[in-house]
Amino acid sequence: MGFEKFGRKSFTAITKVGEYVDKLESGEIYTTHCPKCNKTYFPPRMDCPGCLSGSLEWAKVPATGKLVTFTNVNYAPTGFEGDLPYLLAVVDFDGFRMFGRLSSSMQGTDIKVGMSVKPIVVNYDNGQIAHEFIAAE
Amino acid sequence: MPDKDVAIVGVGQSAFVRGYPGGIRELCFEAYREAMQDAGISSKEIKALIVCCAPEYDKQRSPSGLINEYLGLNPSPTFMVESLCSSSTTGFAIAYSFIKSGLYDVVCVLGFQKMSEITSQDVQERMGRGADVMWESPYGTSMPSYYAMYAQAHFANFGSKPEDLALVRVKSSTYGQLNEKAVYRKKVTFEQIMSSGVVSSPLKVMDCCANADGSSCIILASADKAKEFSKKPVWVMGVGQSNAPMNLASREHMRGLECARIAAEKAYAMAGVGPQDIDVAEVHDCFTIAEILAYEALGFAKQGEGVNLIRDKETYLEGRIPVNVDGGLLSKGHPIGATGGSQIRTIVLQLRGEAGAIQVPNAEIGLVHNIGGVGIYGNVLILGR
Repeated sequence: MGFEKFGRKSFTAITKVGEYVDKLESGEIYTTHCPKCNKTYFPPRMDCPGCLSGSLEWAKVPATGKLVTFTNVNYAPTGFEGDLPYLLAVVDFDGFRMFGRLSSSMQGTDIKVGMSVKPIVVNYDNGQIAHEFIAAE
Repeated sequence: MPDKDVAIVGVGQSAFVRGYPGGIRELCFEAYREAMQDAGISSKEIKALIVCCAPEYDKQRSPSGLINEYLGLNPSPTFMVESLCSSSTTGFAIAYSFIKSGLYDVVCVLGFQKMSEITSQDVQERMGRGADVMWESPYGTSMPSYYAMYAQAHFANFGSKPEDLALVRVKSSTYGQLNEKAVYRKKVTFEQIMSSGVVSSPLKVMDCCANADGSSCIILASADKAKEFSKKPVWVMGVGQSNAPMNLASREHMRGLECARIAAEKAYAMAGVGPQDIDVAEVHDCFTIAEILAYEALGFAKQGEGVNLIRDKETYLEGRIPVNVDGGLLSKGHPIGATGGSQIRTIVLQLRGEAGAIQVPNAEIGLVHNIGGVGIYGNVLILGR
């Protein structure tokens, strides 16, 4: 249990990487790493398809990454209308990439592919929690 | 010369419409009737039915059982195939292998979708769940927003512009007006496209195809059966398939769809031809940017240079490589499970010289590019006469 708290609206409750949400709640953003294959995965997973290990390690996400692409969403699927408009993005961390929203505080600012962003933990008003990204200083 | 092992002997398609006035069984019968009349055969000849659809739009569970019954095909076997928007070319690949293996000698591939039973927002919600529901859907993803991110990356990496995307829609509209089976037949101007509202930046309303109800039907046969039935068999020369991660974060780059590039490479290798040999192509233009990405994945243009083809009108009927001269998904509409079959039908008519106003003169080799989800499933087919 616990993963139903992830994101604006979750579709999943039980997973072996439910600890992701516990870490978010303590203000930390981690993903998983396979020491044997020396590979970092995002999304986090406990199973490695390379060596078939079932117990990957948690690894801290670097403080900054680069914006690969983004979009400003004006038309939401059911259940997300109240957040409009919102920004979706892919961020590169040199070795792995993450998907998530750009902070709503970036709405209306000059957002550019390639810019530096940092991952942050965001608590939504309905008790949900997620990682987002915000422009690095 | 292509291997002449497996042929297409019949093609059919319903009109693609906003709200089909009937049930899914009746919708399927529309395309089936046309394909069977085209093939000129009786239902006794069909040895298996492959039904292709994304079933979350239907109330009916396991629709293949119902459809096999309604088409009068029992006791021959049937089952359902799903790979989102590429379901019917996936079904086609299976039909090809059934015939090639000798298990069945005539196979019917029936794709359909009746999307009008739920609201457009609910359709988008289901499409959003065609992404990873654990890590991406919780942020409020949808098909337009995913392709918008590919468009944004293309703009940033290669200098393409919203105006280039609008040119794709202008071309689509030019031919959509001629297609009696298209859902969107109105002429749209460059100015109308550029001034349409933003759905998910940089994509505008007119950069997006419309949902529709529709069905398509393709009948494949062995060489012996094809010679018996058909005056103008069209042969399957190449079948290429590839997959990319569902998570955008797991993909190595955003410069194009790897599943399409690899599927094309496989299809060209199997057919023994290259991009320069293709006379006419149908590509998966669910969004305008998707057509530009297709030009590049298929080798019609180098990576980053796809926009030159549309700026120079090279993909118009009179151009070097006519693409989507039936209006494409942007004009025809996109009934998910039926789309690939509709693309195949257009190419078959072209290769037979039966494409009417949109006929590419003397077309000998045609290509179909059909993508499931946002570049998750890639199918490329090469057909020849």
